[in-house]
Amino acid sequence: MSNSTWPLWEVFIRSKQGLNHKHVGSLRAPDATLALENARDVYTRRSEGISIWVVESANIHATDIDEVDSFFEPSDTKIYRHPTFYEVPDGVKHM
Amino acid sequence: MTLAEQEKRFQEKIDNEIKIEPNDWMPDAYRQTLIRQISQHAHSEVVGMLPEGNWITRAPNLRRKAVLLAKVQDEAGHGLYLYSAIETLGADREQTIDDLHSGKAKYSSIFNYPALTWADIGAIGWLVDGAAIMNQVALCRTSYGPYARAMVKICKEESFHQRQGYESLMVLCKGTPAQKAMAQDALNRFWWPALMMFGPNDAESTHSEQSMNWKIKRFTNDELRQSFVDATVAQAELLGLTIPDANLRWNEERGHYDFSEINWDEFWQVVKGNGPCNKERIEARVKAKENGLWVREAANAYAKKRAMKKSA
Repeated sequence: MSNSTWPLWEVFIRSKQGLNHKHVGSLRAPDATLALENARDVYTRRSEGISIWVVESANIHATDIDEVDSFFEPSDTKIYRHPTFYEVPDGVKHM
Repeated sequence: MTLAEQEKRFQEKIDNEIKIEPNDWMPDAYRQTLIRQISQHAHSEVVGMLPEGNWITRAPNLRRKAVLLAKVQDEAGHGLYLYSAIETLGADREQTIDDLHSGKAKYSSIFNYPALTWADIGAIGWLVDGAAIMNQVALCRTSYGPYARAMVKICKEESFHQRQGYESLMVLCKGTPAQKAMAQDALNRFWWPALMMFGPNDAESTHSEQSMNWKIKRFTNDELRQSFVDATVAQAELLGLTIPDANLRWNEERGHYDFSEINWDEFWQVVKGNGPCNKERIEARVKAKENGLWVREAANAYAKKRAMKKSA
């Protein structure tokens, strides 16, 4: 059995308290325990993290690249959700 | 959308500096070029561990030993980032490794030269990693997202690789005449192979033009080689070493150093598999995969056992 048959894992690292886990890459490992240990060796050789998540890539569901335009359209058209949409006089402070 | 429309949209993205991500439409040739280039790059990281790994047990002191070990570990990590990037293109990781072992895939020709003395380890860090960094800094802006991100991480980590090599040579150059001579000898042997790392001259480089249009490459082979020479001459002077090229001189008009033509016969011989260590390097990789089989099997058996316990 070659390690191609090992599942692919996506690796997420929290670099310090107060920050989100962030995707840093992927690796292959036979199970979650080894995926975590490999992730430590591959992605945190210089104290880049204090917490690691590994998620089997097969368990990640993503938006369809071909439907990006229609999928995100509802937000693209609502410019009034941004503060710059509104005009306030120059003299107004703390706003 | 027709193929022509898709290609046009793709090129517009490239021209507008929008990165290409794994699930985006891309021309098949773009995908194949990336798989070829990134796998060559990954193999270079992995094969690059061999000449240095050979010196870990013979490092002159504990500090140098720890440094060399850390550097070699980094190269393994860099290989892994790059193999992961290849997988995002739909390539099979094991297949790319088997292609290396069968001789179908290439790796940087520099690693087919032996590291004969301790000074070679310094020269490899200074010149080989220096040349690699010159190339890799440019690749941080390559158009394919996962490759660019891997390069950013690799560049951050590699800056110590070059510095430790230079520092190590500095110690030798300040040492006994024999130590300094050893440093000079290492420079003599590694200088030209380091310049060859940038690949054939632009006129001879088959993939260059298309790769530049796709912004896979940002600078041509000759541009990067020139930058490397320009940056390295003063570093050699500071060490008190002489670069082995009688024609090396500053060209006021060009604002660059002129240097001799590379021995391209030697370059192509090494690329074609006839360098001093080609056979040895591949044999070592094949042996590593075979000898590691039981470890992979044990990991599988253990994972299976634990999964069974969990479901029981």
